[in-house]
Amino acid sequence: MLKKIRVILAVLFFVAVTLLFLDFTGAIHHWLGWVAKIQFLPAVLALNLVVIIALLVLTILFGRIYCSVICPLGVFQDGVANLSKKGKKGKYSYSKELKWLRYGVFALFVIALIAGLNSLVALLAPYSAWGRIVQNFLAPVWQWGNNLFASIAEKHESYAFYTKEVWLKSLPTFIIAAVTLVAIVILAWKNGRTYCNTICPVGTTLSFFSRFAMFRPVIDASKCKSCHLCEHKCKAACIDIDGGKKIDYSRCVDCFNCIESCRFDALKYGFSWKKSHTSSTPLHPQRGTEGRTPQTPCVASLQNNTLASENPSAPVDKTRRAFMIGSALALGGSALSSVKALAQTEPADDTPVEIEGEGGFADIIPKVAPKRTVSITPFGSESVKSFYSHCTACQLCVAVCPNNVLRPSKDLKHLMQPEMSFERGYCRPECVKCSEVCPAGAILKITPEEKTQWKVGTAKIAPWLCLVDNGTVEECGNCARHCPTGAIQMVRKEPNNPRSVRIPSVDESKCIGCGACENLCPSRPISAITVDGYQIHHNA
Amino acid sequence: MSKNINRREFLKKTGEGAALAGAVAMAGACAPKKTAEAVAGAVVSGDGTDPLETGKMELRTNPGNGDKVSLLGYGCMRFTMKKDSNGKDIVDQDNVNNLIDYALAHGVNYFDTAPVYLQGQSEKAVGIALSRHPRNSYYIATKMSNFQSNDRKVAMQLYNNAFKNLQVDYIDYYLLHSLGRGGADGFKARFEDNGVMDFLLAEREKGKIRQLGLSFHGDKPSFDDMMELHDKYHWDFVQIQMNYYDWKHADGVRNVNAEYLYAELDKREIPIVIMEPLQGGRLAKPADSVVNRLKEKDPQASLASWAFRFVGSYPRVLSVLSGMVYMEHLQDNLRTYMDFKPLTEEEKIFLDTDIADIMANYPTIECNDCKYCMPCPYGIDIPGIFMHYNNSVNRGIQPRNKEQEDYEKLRKAYLVSYDRAIPTLRQASHCVGCKQCIPKCPQSIPIPRELRRLDAYVEKLKQGTL
Repeated sequence: MLKKIRVILAVLFFVAVTLLFLDFTGAIHHWLGWVAKIQFLPAVLALNLVVIIALLVLTILFGRIYCSVICPLGVFQDGVANLSKKGKKGKYSYSKELKWLRYGVFALFVIALIAGLNSLVALLAPYSAWGRIVQNFLAPVWQWGNNLFASIAEKHESYAFYTKEVWLKSLPTFIIAAVTLVAIVILAWKNGRTYCNTICPVGTTLSFFSRFAMFRPVIDASKCKSCHLCEHKCKAACIDIDGGKKIDYSRCVDCFNCIESCRFDALKYGFSWKKSHTSSTPLHPQRGTEGRTPQTPCVASLQNNTLASENPSAPVDKTRRAFMIGSALALGGSALSSVKALAQTEPADDTPVEIEGEGGFADIIPKVAPKRTVSITPFGSESVKSFYSHCTACQLCVAVCPNNVLRPSKDLKHLMQPEMSFERGYCRPECVKCSEVCPAGAILKITPEEKTQWKVGTAKIAPWLCLVDNGTVEECGNCARHCPTGAIQMVRKEPNNPRSVRIPSVDESKCIGCGACENLCPSRPISAITVDGYQIHHNA
Repeated sequence: MSKNINRREFLKKTGEGAALAGAVAMAGACAPKKTAEAVAGAVVSGDGTDPLETGKMELRTNPGNGDKVSLLGYGCMRFTMKKDSNGKDIVDQDNVNNLIDYALAHGVNYFDTAPVYLQGQSEKAVGIALSRHPRNSYYIATKMSNFQSNDRKVAMQLYNNAFKNLQVDYIDYYLLHSLGRGGADGFKARFEDNGVMDFLLAEREKGKIRQLGLSFHGDKPSFDDMMELHDKYHWDFVQIQMNYYDWKHADGVRNVNAEYLYAELDKREIPIVIMEPLQGGRLAKPADSVVNRLKEKDPQASLASWAFRFVGSYPRVLSVLSGMVYMEHLQDNLRTYMDFKPLTEEEKIFLDTDIADIMANYPTIECNDCKYCMPCPYGIDIPGIFMHYNNSVNRGIQPRNKEQEDYEKLRKAYLVSYDRAIPTLRQASHCVGCKQCIPKCPQSIPIPRELRRLDAYVEKLKQGTL
């Protein structure tokens, strides 16, 4: 029964979160947006205390329900594990907690979080990882399907669907998502919840609380016949029958598979605070079964672990830790450096999809993003720093941006976190979709009216590229014509000549940095008028 | 039949059903290719006889020389093209021969071409097709298209080439191509100062040119200038734009009400050749509400036939030019002009007032998708943008303002269909206003201005500020 409820809820949450990433219209955010907001890391970055406390209380009361129900990556792994041979037949077995890796990654995560290395945070965080996977692999399929529907609907004179341009927004992010997906699938296929219990920093955080959970699965040693059925069913590999019929509650994700499997009624999910104080309280660590007994929460436990040198296994652990941390760093480092290398091979992945022409069309040279001294972050993000320190790189805003403006950054410092650029469209005045969906508080909610009052950057002109200024055409003014705030004035090139051609100038007091001018400038591949971001956004 | 059909039978039957459904689907897929007029044109006349088989072409007599000219004239500017081995467009000569043979066989004897038509290939193609017939079985009309230069040499070359291309030693109807812009001054520079006019007058004397006339596009003062020149040169005929819309609803800048033009020519007893009887195809593809009115009046008549009957009903008209691309067009027009039935006075008013008034309320752009403006150097799909807009206007689904019923739905449909019809990079927002398209447009549409208007309109729709 419990398992059934868990499965149903998990599927509902999983579908809801995934739909959020797929629905590029942003329509279902209205009803389901909260599903993203209750994800742990976004809540932490948004300093959403209500959600954080609620999740922690949930964990203290019922264990890591979060990991089995709310976390989409966790549910995804359950799905993969269910398909695997091991999962089907129940051939898991207990394994020791990989402490060094687990706490090593956690330490790295905390350091990254404090140091503001949000790219690294996003690399490790489960919700962000799932967002990237959906955005890079599922969304294109969804969008192609949508486009197919759009063309069918059009034949019936219905415009219920609109065409969504499918393009590779960032090759590095695509590769990272691919590597993540493959790694997660392999781990889940082979051993169930390995990722959740060794790498996932959210899992580790919750584990500090779940080990005190008020309700949890408990083995009644008197009834247990040591048949190992439950252990074989445990995809978290946390039930140790031979080692004293114990369950490692730091790793148990409350999937209830074990309870359903027990033929002797020896496993029950129930209130167990009393028992916990007698068996596995942090105050009485069982040295004999080292590996399942972290002591005090958080940093204290870390210190404990790093200082556990009197243990005979310490040298091994030490080298293992070194190896793990080293490899984690190396992995991160190599990923980053490969990404850097890729980033330099621009603009290959920025090239628009070829437009079919019937002879009568002139070729259009694709635009290339200019070098920006400060990157442009969305309206509502308040400042570049605030944006990048809150953003979990989940790609939700990228998924809903209807103007193809937002895309994951290729800049090493903000890898995978979005930035704005205007090669395919510009930040339209009536659109505030990204601000409506951000669960992490990186983009705060704004209205279209407020948007025209905010400056995220300002345009600057490269006169030698301007077609009027360099004499290619006599008249243009396309930038001025499309500026939503009227910030571009067409002025005489030769002030004393009444017949002089008119060239654009930017009224920096009015420009908000929306990129309309840059996007619609006829100069290609680099626009003659380009936008630079502002470090701190402010009122126009 | 037994209820217990076995599996084999069942599969066989469903298979047949599927095959049939497939065939129907195929037929359905083909159907839209036929034009509305072609489908309507397949209907025979009231008494069950097809005028194509039994009818006689309406002939008009040119009072100047007694020529019996067919009321339907063949405009030779729109034949189908195909690609040669180098990827260049060339005229599909077999198709031209086929159409011209058919037209001649049904009494069409006036063929209008020009050195500039079909990327310069029209005269030659028409010459090949017509030279297969006796010289006295057709009248050929071609033009002095010396737009680019006032140099006498250019004019001479155009003139001499016409004889070679058309394989003739005299030309029946020779026109000074597209007069009007620039009025008397323009005429002076193009024909008088360089002596071309004197040359052509001499050629008329010699009989190399049997009839000398002009084609007119322009405003009223320019037309009056041309009429004054009649006293000096005596135009044997004049070609004007006339159709039931422009009869009273011409904009007065780019063209003049045909009612006025006709009256002026009629007064001087000058035979008239009609161009643009369909106003660049617009009258064959009008707004839904217009279609409704026309079909209500006569469900069997094709939309185009109304326009052709209108211009044919004026006695001073010598011939009505139609650029017939496909056999369906030719046959539909033949049905109109064989055993021709002029409009009644009531029907004329129905068209030039009732229908034209409705059409005037649909602010379409007078683009007929000829693509002469293309390619735009900035990659814009000019005719595509205009066609999308016209379609929305003609079908009465154009979002106009927020108070309109179904505004939200229409707005969405307009924006989505715009994006589907025109890739973002080729939309009107990218027009810089370089004006290279303007001289290329035969309809004199102020293209950059119209693109900006549509762009501003789309912008308003997007921002919800319409």
